[in-house]
Amino acid sequence: MGGMGAVYRARDKNFKAIRLVAVKEMISQVTDPIIRKNIFQIFEREANILATLRHPAIPRIYDYFTKGERAYLVLEFIHGKNLEQVLAETQGFLPEEQVLGWAVELCDVLEYLHSHKPEPVIFRDIKPSNIMSTLQNHIALVDFGIAKVFESGQKNTMVGTQGYSPPDQYRGEATPKVDVYALGATLHHLITLRDPQLEAPFSFAERVIGEINPNISKEFAAVIERALEYKPEDRYEGAADMKEALINVARKTGTLLHLNIPAATQAATRGVGVKPLWVFACEDELRGAPSYHDGSLYIGCYDNNLYALDAANGAFKWKYPTDGGIPGKPAIFEGNIYFGSEDKRLHVISTRSGKVVWTYYTEGPVRSSPRIAEGHVFVGSDDGHLHAVSVNSGRLAWKTEPGAPVRSTPFVSNEYVYFGSESGDFTCVDFRGDPRWRFKAKRAITSSPLVNDGVVYFGSMDSAFYALDAQSGWVVWRFRLGKGSISTPAVHQNLVYTGAADHIIYCIDMRSAKEMWRYTTDHQVTGSPIVHRDALYCGSVDGSLYCLDAASGRLRWRFQTEAPITGTPVAHEDMVFIGSTDKKVYAFLA
Amino acid sequence: MTNFFKRLFAKKSNHSGPLSSDAATAPLDENQIWGNDAPKPGNKYVHLIAGSALDMGKRRENNEDALLCFSGALGGGSQAQPFGLYVISDGMGGHRSGELASEAAVRALGNSLMSKLYKPLFGPEPQPSQESLRELMEAAVKEAHRAVKKAAPGGGCTLTAALVVGTQMVIAHLGDSRAYSIMRDGRMEALTQDHSLVKRLQELGQLTDEEAAVHPQKSVLYRALGQGDLAQADIFNSSMPNPGYLLICSDGLWGVLNEDTIQRIVNSTSSPYLACQHLVEAANAAGGPDNISVVLARLVY
Repeated sequence: MGGMGAVYRARDKNFKAIRLVAVKEMISQVTDPIIRKNIFQIFEREANILATLRHPAIPRIYDYFTKGERAYLVLEFIHGKNLEQVLAETQGFLPEEQVLGWAVELCDVLEYLHSHKPEPVIFRDIKPSNIMSTLQNHIALVDFGIAKVFESGQKNTMVGTQGYSPPDQYRGEATPKVDVYALGATLHHLITLRDPQLEAPFSFAERVIGEINPNISKEFAAVIERALEYKPEDRYEGAADMKEALINVARKTGTLLHLNIPAATQAATRGVGVKPLWVFACEDELRGAPSYHDGSLYIGCYDNNLYALDAANGAFKWKYPTDGGIPGKPAIFEGNIYFGSEDKRLHVISTRSGKVVWTYYTEGPVRSSPRIAEGHVFVGSDDGHLHAVSVNSGRLAWKTEPGAPVRSTPFVSNEYVYFGSESGDFTCVDFRGDPRWRFKAKRAITSSPLVNDGVVYFGSMDSAFYALDAQSGWVVWRFRLGKGSISTPAVHQNLVYTGAADHIIYCIDMRSAKEMWRYTTDHQVTGSPIVHRDALYCGSVDGSLYCLDAASGRLRWRFQTEAPITGTPVAHEDMVFIGSTDKKVYAFLA
Repeated sequence: MTNFFKRLFAKKSNHSGPLSSDAATAPLDENQIWGNDAPKPGNKYVHLIAGSALDMGKRRENNEDALLCFSGALGGGSQAQPFGLYVISDGMGGHRSGELASEAAVRALGNSLMSKLYKPLFGPEPQPSQESLRELMEAAVKEAHRAVKKAAPGGGCTLTAALVVGTQMVIAHLGDSRAYSIMRDGRMEALTQDHSLVKRLQELGQLTDEEAAVHPQKSVLYRALGQGDLAQADIFNSSMPNPGYLLICSDGLWGVLNEDTIQRIVNSTSSPYLACQHLVEAANAAGGPDNISVVLARLVY
């Protein structure tokens, strides 16, 4: 039978700079010259395939040569230990986070190998001793199947290691599912410390992960168990599916942040082919957000007009001129539209005629969006007040004590009104305007608050995202963002979403204050996310509207407009609308 | 009156039937208390009331449970916010180390939270804490962990603590004591997940509820305060059940009475302290195999 020689740590003298290489020696003990020639041909062919592989977890092949009955491979030298050594040197269990990180990287490299063209490369022998952990704690796959050609000249030989290989491999099958099983077996070994080579074959189900190592999350255990299914059709379809499941585990257990996931894994496919249903061009930038009502879309523009469009096809209905740019989101109540303008006024016009109902003057630009409750419009102004104005008469009911400009849109919940200001004060007043409590952030609160289940959420320019008890104003938790935020949060199930100037859209679990996922855009996220059905829509200053899976943060599609998006989309049934500073309003299929 | 004390200190319950007539002994009738649950316009003053009970049970010769039950109000002027701290800890380990561990845990956690959150409000210029409730709770759990290691080396204890401010609570949890939300309409939901081996096996579908109930390793914990280098507590926030109760209890209660019984006792009695007493009596009537500790709290508008 065939065999393998040694691995030498060597120095490649062909290069001036000294390069450490690994030289792997394989010896064929086949005596028949024809079979031996055949073996060397297979070796060369495989070496050529390996030489084309480029992946951070695969050692580069620099050269190969044969000499007599020996063949040599010259490989990149990997500093580190193989996982068998790591296991031997570790006392107690390895942390889940560690194994999960390795698992994701292993899936990543397997996914790469399995999608190799023209033929997929099946590793066929995943086990701890074939996986190196580098000094940077990344993994590398060593000892490719290439060595196996030397082990025998016969066809359909069983390669792989007893204990780690699935039943189908014993039938001579070499599919991606073989590697999935062996990876499952390897992970099982790593977290239970039970060597499958010492156990009955295919008996993983008897060694219940949670029973042996209760520190492992049940989600992670479930992924491993699925990879170890006896029947190939019950396993993951491939390494890509398994990787996705593992990343979901990391999201659920909150370890995603700590995972050292290679960049290639995170670079999601950029959605292509998304086309707007219609586009409407205005005469200046659209910085605010549209509102949908009864078949119409209303949006304010910096050409000073409020536009009414037919939501179905983008046809122009009417526009209403003010004397300043319109920054916010119009509010619609009983047939009237309420919106603020840089001309210091709160405008109220009829949805039907587009004619003025009343206007209300403040002493500064109105950049906050109006909120309507209990017969009053609540709106902030740069004059430093929150104004409460009667819906019917347009007369002031009360305004708060003067302070810094109020650009945050007030939120009304349970007879309290909540709003932030540019001084960093966050205020809760009752319907009479009497302050109930006040909270001070270190910098401006431009973000508009959102109250959900007794907790008020908002971001601040001080780089924190806050969750306050709506009743008392006590900080329940705070979440650190990379930079400040003026984005208004959105809530969906137990998750709260926000954008920040660090280019990131964050998803945070409301109960545990843990980050569930983050999505990095190419520029600041000053607009606000919305969740519609199971999708999150959010614009970025990079000019794109993003559609992400709300649960996982995976990119579904993105659409590139011609200028930054600072506004917030709105969704209605099957449509999503957004304005861009490229002066256009876009409608998409949700 | 004598009846009331008898019940309070009775070792053995001579109740027959499901505690039906108790409402009459409460200081307020049901409508007086429950009728006011829904927040009313104009009435912004919210009370937090609580009751507790601690009992050795009928089979044990010492009490390894410890509890802290503190309700108050924070604030000034015309407004005050509910403030409460409710903690139960169940000690484990030989000799006296279980007792020492649980007492040390409760004291250290209480000290940390009270000194950082409550005490600063009493100076001439009150300085509310800059830290979030979650951060304060994390720090307090660390303190408690250190205290247990010092007071009872090798010992350990469970910890289930709820810090209530306003209408929100932050809960820290380690081990197999439990926090429940019990709604007025009878819905009862565990807010915490036991860190016990058997519970884990149940979650994995490896044990049925019936098997779990009689499993010999029922009380083996895989996480506890005072064990290991880090206190790996689950810390999360939630709204105070409203209208309803927050219940925290040791396994001496939940291991003996089923959820339906607990819920019925709690909802059939109008005052938290009587409800706690009835829960202890019911657990003892069912054999009282372990120490029993209970805390019940709720908001009253």
